Amino acid sequence: MRQLTILSGKGGTGKTTITASFAVLARNAVVADCDVDAPDLHMLLHPRTIKTQEFKGSKLAIIDETKCIKCDQCREKCKFNAITENLQIDPVSCEGCGVCCFVCPANAIMLTERVSGQAYISETKYGFMAHALLNPGESNSGKLVTLVRQNAKMLAEKEHADLVIIDGSPGIGCPVIASVTGVDAGLIVTEPTMSGIHDLERVLSLLGHFDVRPFVCINMHDINDENTKKIVDFCGENGIEVVGKIPFNPIVTEAMVNEKPIVEYASESEIAKKIIEMWERTISALKCGSQ
Amino acid sequence: MIVSVASGKGGTGKTSVAVNMALSVGNVQFLDCDVEEPNAHLFLNPKINQTQGVTVSVPIVNEKLCDHCEECADFCQYHALFAGSDKVLVFPDLCHSCGGCALVCPKEAISEDQHKIGTLKLGSTDDLELAYGELEVGEPMAVPLIREVKKHIGNAKNVILDSPPGTSCPVIQTVKGSDFCILVTEPTPFGLHDLKIMIQVLESMRIPFGVVINRAGIGDNRVYKYCEEKDIPILLEIPYERRIAELYSRGIPFSQEMPEWKTKFQALFTTVRKLVNK
Repeated sequence: MRQLTILSGKGGTGKTTITASFAVLARNAVVADCDVDAPDLHMLLHPRTIKTQEFKGSKLAIIDETKCIKCDQCREKCKFNAITENLQIDPVSCEGCGVCCFVCPANAIMLTERVSGQAYISETKYGFMAHALLNPGESNSGKLVTLVRQNAKMLAEKEHADLVIIDGSPGIGCPVIASVTGVDAGLIVTEPTMSGIHDLERVLSLLGHFDVRPFVCINMHDINDENTKKIVDFCGENGIEVVGKIPFNPIVTEAMVNEKPIVEYASESEIAKKIIEMWERTISALKCGSQ
Repeated sequence: MIVSVASGKGGTGKTSVAVNMALSVGNVQFLDCDVEEPNAHLFLNPKINQTQGVTVSVPIVNEKLCDHCEECADFCQYHALFAGSDKVLVFPDLCHSCGGCALVCPKEAISEDQHKIGTLKLGSTDDLELAYGELEVGEPMAVPLIREVKKHIGNAKNVILDSPPGTSCPVIQTVKGSDFCILVTEPTPFGLHDLKIMIQVLESMRIPFGVVINRAGIGDNRVYKYCEEKDIPILLEIPYERRIAELYSRGIPFSQEMPEWKTKFQALFTTVRKLVNK
């Protein structure tokens, strides 16, 4: 079984559009939406949830006011400024470390499990899907990404799928790291803008850091031909395979509004053809049977 | 006044709105809190006056004093310490720097070491000050670096914070303490879906907000309907125009080339100020 992560660094370059299309094109794959704090893939794939799991990723301190002797020790020792002057826990700042419980001479503070989100195992008409939703404002998205990936892997093994397609989140921090460690390749969807190029470079070094093979897709390549050439040249010089160049076309947004993957919504369009070519190139480079 | 610019969904135009507003308003201190992928400097071309490494405290174990009681590893909620039978291993990437391990160690064998997570850059242009962070590639934790960037917020100026995408901890850390948050969205199902999550975040944090619709004209009208139903002010609409997209791709803030937009961004800031003072 192979694992492919779609990522980008910069947000809004088209990760989910590409992932949804790959989900349609793959014959025998499991899809994982690892953008757990702003997941969008379900809006294109319409999963039917089979199983829901509570995600308890972190803890939260609770002060028992009847035992508290107002000694202020907890507030002084908290490194996250999560205890207010009138000795209330600020749940937004509390990272559940337990230092306050340890220093409290009155045993008035306890750590409680906090439900930070839900993980789902679902079925779509294209195959199985693992996804999740972090509760708004919660932390520990990296751990939830790991749970989604475990679910996807479990589904892939059970179904004898030969590929897991992972939709990543923007950035290069904890959730992104959790979505690329140990995968066979990362497909970076970029755009020919200054920001796109800057972020592409950082994501490439991230993949290098974790020893993951990179592929590059230049989305909306005709917005700026000069920048597209820069990306192609840069990739050429560094031995990175550009697997696809997708033109700008408002039909992509139209497909999204109609909540369908573009290769299904406009299967005969130029853009669908380009995505299919990119899929075939990626899959043959991965030497995976899911064609 | 501290105004943050956030979105939920990535790539909706946060940096574009923040930068154009900053350049139109003047007397601004700009903090780019997207430390994973900072981009504002690409549009602002600042002169960098100061660069400094940012570190977090991580434990270092003195094996001469350690008697392998394992209390540190048991205490650590983040599994950043592993107590083997003859050595304690520290995983700095997992450490949240709470200091608990040093507190619980009965032998006082644990002290603080510094671990570099990124770089803070301070720069300026003619009438703007810029601070931003760059997370080291491979480092998972953006929050302590964002905290460091935000330490440079001054009092005198109009402060504009550019947030990372998403709705989790780095975003919370950025928008915390703002007087107002501008949510940039696009009129698509993805834009609306992520906007709704971000609104829940801001409501729970009691931060007032309004919406800027970018790429107006693409997609559908559901985001307008939603804002109307929820009585959320739409502060500005930026149409989808090839010229704007092209200028963006070249790293040029479009209000510089299209002066009518300078007035619109000034009006945006004035509206925000009125809403804050209401």
